[in-house]
Amino acid sequence: MKRTTVITALPLLLAAGIALPLAQGCKPANTKSAVTGDAASKVYVPPGKYDEFYNFVSGGFNGQMSVYGLPSGRMLRNIPVFSVDPEKGWGYSEETKPMLMTTHGFIPWDDSHHVEPSMTNGVADGQWMFINGNNTPRIALIDLTTFRTKTIIEIPNSAGNHSSPFTTPNSEYVVAGTRFSLPMGGDAQRDVPINTYKENFKGNVTFIHPDRETGKMSIAFQITAPGVDFDLSHTGKGPSDGWFFFSCYNTEQAYELLEVNASQRDKDFIMAVNWKKAEQYAKEGKGKMVPGKHFMNHYSDETHMATSEVVEQVLQLDHKELKDLLYFMPCPKSPHGCDVDPTGQYIVGSGKLAALIPVFSFDKMIKAIEAKDFEGEFDGIPVLKYESVLHGEVKKPGLGPLHTEFDNNGFAYSSMFVSSEIVKWNVQTLEVVDRVPTYYSIGHLCVPGGDGAKPWGKYVIAYNKITKDRYLPTGPELSQSAQLFSIDGPKMELLLDYPTIGEPHYAQAIPAELIKDKSVKLFKIEDNKHPYVSKGEKETKVVRDGNKVHIYMTCIRSHFAPDNIEGVKMGDEVYFHVTNLEQDWDVPHGFAVKGAANAELLIMPGETQTLKWVPTSVGVKPFYCTDFCSALHQEMQGYIRVSPAGSNIPLTWNTKSADAGL
Amino acid sequence: MKTRTLRMNMLKGLGLSTAVALMVACGGGEGTDQAAGTNTAPEAAAPAAPNADLITADQVKFAETIDQGKVAKGKEIYEVKCQACHTLGSNRVVGPGWKGILDQRKPEWIMNMILHTDAMLETDPEAQAMLEECLVRMPNQNLTKDEALDVLEFMRTL
Repeated sequence: MKRTTVITALPLLLAAGIALPLAQGCKPANTKSAVTGDAASKVYVPPGKYDEFYNFVSGGFNGQMSVYGLPSGRMLRNIPVFSVDPEKGWGYSEETKPMLMTTHGFIPWDDSHHVEPSMTNGVADGQWMFINGNNTPRIALIDLTTFRTKTIIEIPNSAGNHSSPFTTPNSEYVVAGTRFSLPMGGDAQRDVPINTYKENFKGNVTFIHPDRETGKMSIAFQITAPGVDFDLSHTGKGPSDGWFFFSCYNTEQAYELLEVNASQRDKDFIMAVNWKKAEQYAKEGKGKMVPGKHFMNHYSDETHMATSEVVEQVLQLDHKELKDLLYFMPCPKSPHGCDVDPTGQYIVGSGKLAALIPVFSFDKMIKAIEAKDFEGEFDGIPVLKYESVLHGEVKKPGLGPLHTEFDNNGFAYSSMFVSSEIVKWNVQTLEVVDRVPTYYSIGHLCVPGGDGAKPWGKYVIAYNKITKDRYLPTGPELSQSAQLFSIDGPKMELLLDYPTIGEPHYAQAIPAELIKDKSVKLFKIEDNKHPYVSKGEKETKVVRDGNKVHIYMTCIRSHFAPDNIEGVKMGDEVYFHVTNLEQDWDVPHGFAVKGAANAELLIMPGETQTLKWVPTSVGVKPFYCTDFCSALHQEMQGYIRVSPAGSNIPLTWNTKSADAGL
Repeated sequence: MKTRTLRMNMLKGLGLSTAVALMVACGGGEGTDQAAGTNTAPEAAAPAAPNADLITADQVKFAETIDQGKVAKGKEIYEVKCQACHTLGSNRVVGPGWKGILDQRKPEWIMNMILHTDAMLETDPEAQAMLEECLVRMPNQNLTKDEALDVLEFMRTL
């Protein structure tokens, strides 16, 4: 037994042991010692009190966006985006299915990485959150009045939509860049040997315009780019407003064993995009319409359903023909994070394989462009001299720098994946002023407003990739782990560990005041424009249209109307269009019918939702409310009779009012 | 059932004062200020505001003649928001039937049940008695005061 213990403990010790001391002289004796006495009171939110911040956290391979309160770490909401969610019928109800339509058909899953707020003057304004779909390139817009996905746009001519969905300072545009370059064009151009990468593979960056009124999104233009991997991005602001910065790796243009082959060069690039110039070229008609079929799916809170629009072409701007659009700044060793400080003056590239963090100066970049201070060209794009654009380097920050967030006092916070720590440094002087260990292997981090022009500061949250021994074990798979640190004082202070639902990458936190009072409590039944709405039980009915049977049904605590239906036959497709007549906050009703091959419905007050049901056997089938709604919730049930095909049982249904005898 | 309601209210009261006491006990330090989010939850902090803006008899005065325009509007609202639970007969379905309802209830009581449903269910003995009988809390259907007056006018015809 003893031996077993030693053996199993060893890898743990090694993991922690290698990671920490390399970068810092001392490590805490154990993880408990990192927490000081009054940490608990700083995260305690008493019953009946609200949290101070909303924290919007990406869902990673789970494809959703989840919402936590800070500082408590309490989970408030899980918003389905790219992945189906049976709890809410998302992707299962007829109304939400179009949201997940793409040129590849219905796609029920994606890998959602980065959360970005809609911004006004570079500061989160509380209207929307954006999140990217990495695998089947898409961007979603989340409405913060309903905490629901309102729009999903597919990105054509793209693969691995990773450097997304970052926005310009007034959310004029949301960007998407190709992580994987691809052969593009017609079938003949796309069907090429993989080893012709250098010749045939191209990248691009896409600028998408979200409409402030409707929340619909459209592709404004797409700028061609060399065939490399675009990793992350952030907008310029203040003096650098009008520019966008993308990190790129694999400037080796490798197409196999990238682990080795894409790590050869000492420097890759930060790509600076002059989007104001691109906008001007687009307006002047200097772009070309090229094939770029994509879906734009939008959910209406009036009709309570989503519709898809298919767009065939996109406007493309050719970086080789149109000058002054793109510039490269050399950046050490496969940069990942590409972060711009609140003043808009400094651009931080985090070379994940580098032993330093380079900080570029926007003023120097403009001067170098004006002086044509180039060291060469890469695929027709001028490469600026490293020394000419460099503000300076943060020396020995730690190992594996990934991402940087900022506070409002001139400090930057960088996550160090390999050495498992957060390093705080001064943006002006580039001095490291503090470091704290994280448990373990931090990926992204988040300071409230930390990528905007005016960070709210106060906390930094670490999103750790490895959870190991932090919580009670739950078999081979553990939840992810977030850690909340106070950054109010000169030293970062660990306050709280809290588990998160899979699988956080980037996150945003914004003050509750910006959102909470705008929250929608219910949908007005008078305004419901669903084609199958029943505004009151008087309008309920059952209508046959060939083999389709449409049931106009209502629900209110605690009954459905109608709740007895006969005359349905084998071979019929039955559509339950259920309208919730409640007009009070937090009173949804659920709906489930035996043998349904999709999921339940969860119908908000004043809303209509539809469940498609194809009976698989003859008999009487029950349906019931799945959301405990009242003391008589268990009584909220009904029956539908299914007869053999060709049966002559007439279509009938009951109404309670008729039974009641006026 | 009534005792249970009362006891629940008492417990709620206890819960609140416990929370307050705890806060006082650990107050004083910087900890408490930073402890909580600073946002108050209005719904939770002040549950039903009893009597605060309940409608009084003098605010509901019927004109001598019934206003048919208002009756029509009231009937329309009834069919969308009320009919699922209230028949126009005298039998109870979920809630009581409305036939002759104004002979049994004062207009201001009906107005308050419509507009201040939760406050009435917390404080009004007759509303609580109805809840014991029906076992389903009457939902607040979020009518405006004018809409509620239209429904009331419609009730005058029943």
